[in-house]
Amino acid sequence: MQYSAFSLLKNALTGHRHWQPAWRDSEPRSQYDVVIVGGGGHGLATAYYLAKVHGVKNIAVLEKSYIGSGNVGRNTTIVRSNYLLPGNIPFYEWSMKLWEGLEQDLNYNAMVSQRGVLNLIHSDTQRDAYARRANAMRLHGVDSVLLDKDEVRKMVPFLNYENARFPIQGGMLQPRGGTVRHDAVAWGYARAGDQRGVDIIQNCEVTGFRISNGKMMGVETTRGYIGAGKVGLAVAGNTSRVATIAGLRLPIESHVLQAFVSEGIKPLIPNVITFGAGHFYISQSDKGGLVFGGDIDGYNSYAQRGNLPTLEDVCEGGMALMPMIGRIRLLRQWGGIMDMSMDGSPIIDKTPIDGLYLNAGWCYGGFKATPASGWCFAHLIARDSPHEFAAAYRMDRFRTGHMIDEKGQGAQPNLH
Amino acid sequence: MRIPCPYCGERDIHEFAYLGDATVSRPDPARNDAVQAFYEYVYLRDNPAGSFQELWYHAAGCHSWLVVTRDTRTHAIFGARLASREAS
Repeated sequence: MQYSAFSLLKNALTGHRHWQPAWRDSEPRSQYDVVIVGGGGHGLATAYYLAKVHGVKNIAVLEKSYIGSGNVGRNTTIVRSNYLLPGNIPFYEWSMKLWEGLEQDLNYNAMVSQRGVLNLIHSDTQRDAYARRANAMRLHGVDSVLLDKDEVRKMVPFLNYENARFPIQGGMLQPRGGTVRHDAVAWGYARAGDQRGVDIIQNCEVTGFRISNGKMMGVETTRGYIGAGKVGLAVAGNTSRVATIAGLRLPIESHVLQAFVSEGIKPLIPNVITFGAGHFYISQSDKGGLVFGGDIDGYNSYAQRGNLPTLEDVCEGGMALMPMIGRIRLLRQWGGIMDMSMDGSPIIDKTPIDGLYLNAGWCYGGFKATPASGWCFAHLIARDSPHEFAAAYRMDRFRTGHMIDEKGQGAQPNLH
Repeated sequence: MRIPCPYCGERDIHEFAYLGDATVSRPDPARNDAVQAFYEYVYLRDNPAGSFQELWYHAAGCHSWLVVTRDTRTHAIFGARLASREAS
C-alpha cells in the first residue's frame, strides 16, 4: 500500500484498525543470488538499491536480532557532507542528495530536516582550517558558509561566547545538513526493499561461510544453511567477528560510542551545533529532548554500553558551550559499537574471497552515509567494480599508503 | 571500570590512558619481509570479542605501563601486570 494523505485519512476514519505490516517477516529460502549480512541501515539500503537500481531478483538480508537494533537506531541522527578530502566529498555529497529525495523515493516519512549543521570556530587556526574545508566543499559543489561571531550570535544567541579558554569566534555552516529520524530510515528501506521482493530474515545469525576453491558458496546460519554466490557484509561493529569466520584479519577495531538524550523541553536549539574544541555536538529532537554526544570511550569494546568518565567529559563539553543546560536532567544514555578503521574512513571493497564483499569501517560517521553506502555497495556487488564515488574506499589502501585520514591521527582508532 | 594497578591498587579508569593490543611486538626492520610485517603490525588487528590483553598507562598515578586482561564484551577486568616485567 502506498502511504499518502488519503491513506492516512481513510485509516483514521476506520479507527486505524486496518494498517498492514510494513514488511514481511520472511522465512529463509535455501538459495539466493545475493545475501546481505546485517539488517541495519547500510544492509537494508544495499538490498533496496540492488533490487531497484540493478534489478537483482533474489536478495535476502540476514539480521541476527531485529532490523534496526544496531547502530542505525543508536546514533544521534545527524546528516551532513562537510568533508575535506577528495576521496570523501563526492561520496558524502551523493549521500546528502539521496537524503534529499529519500522520502519520495521510499514513500516513507523519515522526517528529513535540513536544519543546518554549524561547526563552531574558537581560534584563528581553526578558522583557517574551516575556511579551507568550506572552500574544498564549494569546489565540489557542496554548500558551505563561513560565519563571523555576530552572525553566529544572531543564529544561536544562547551559547557562551566569552568562554575564557574557547571563546566563540565564528562558525562554518552547512545549511543543507540536518537530522533524519534514524529508525524510520531502517523501516523505510526495509519496506521499500520488501516491496521489491527482498526477503528480510530476522533472528538469523551468520555462524560460518561455505567457501570452495576461494569462491563463496553460501552462509551457515542459526536458521540453517543459505546458499548465495554473492555475500555482502554490512555488520558495523561486529565486522571483525564475522570476517574472522571467513579467515580475514582487518584494519578495524571495535569501540563503544555513547549518546545521550535529556528530558524534553520547549524548542531551544534550531540546528545542529558542534563544539570542536571540546568534541561535543548537540541537536534537539522533535519530541523536545536534547540529543548529544562526544568522543568514543577510547578502548576496545563490544559491550554496547560505556563508562562514566566519558559521560562526564561529554557533559563538561556541553556545559562549557551552553551553561544553561546544566539545569536539564539526563534522561537516557546508551552505547553503540563502532567499527573504527585505521584512518577514520570506511571500506567498500571486494575481499580476497571471490563473492565476498565488505562494507565496514564507518567509525562513528556511518549514519549520514547510509544511502550512499547502500548505493555504492549495491553497485560493487552487482557489477563487481567499485562505484566512482567509493573508489577510494579500498581495503588495500593501508598497504599502499593511500589513507584517507580526515583527522590526521594515523593508525590510532581511539583518537579518530 | 576500575583497574587494579600493581603499585597503586584499584583505581578508576579516568586515571589511565589506553594504547591497545599488548600481544603484538614491533617487527625487526632488517627482516626480509619487513614491509609486510610492518603493514600487519601497524594496520591489522585481531579485535577479539572476549578476553583481550591490552596496554594501559597509569598517567595520573605511578606512570607505569600495565598489561590489563579484560573482557571486551562485558568490560570485566581479570587483572593487571607491569608491562616492564613482561618485556625483560
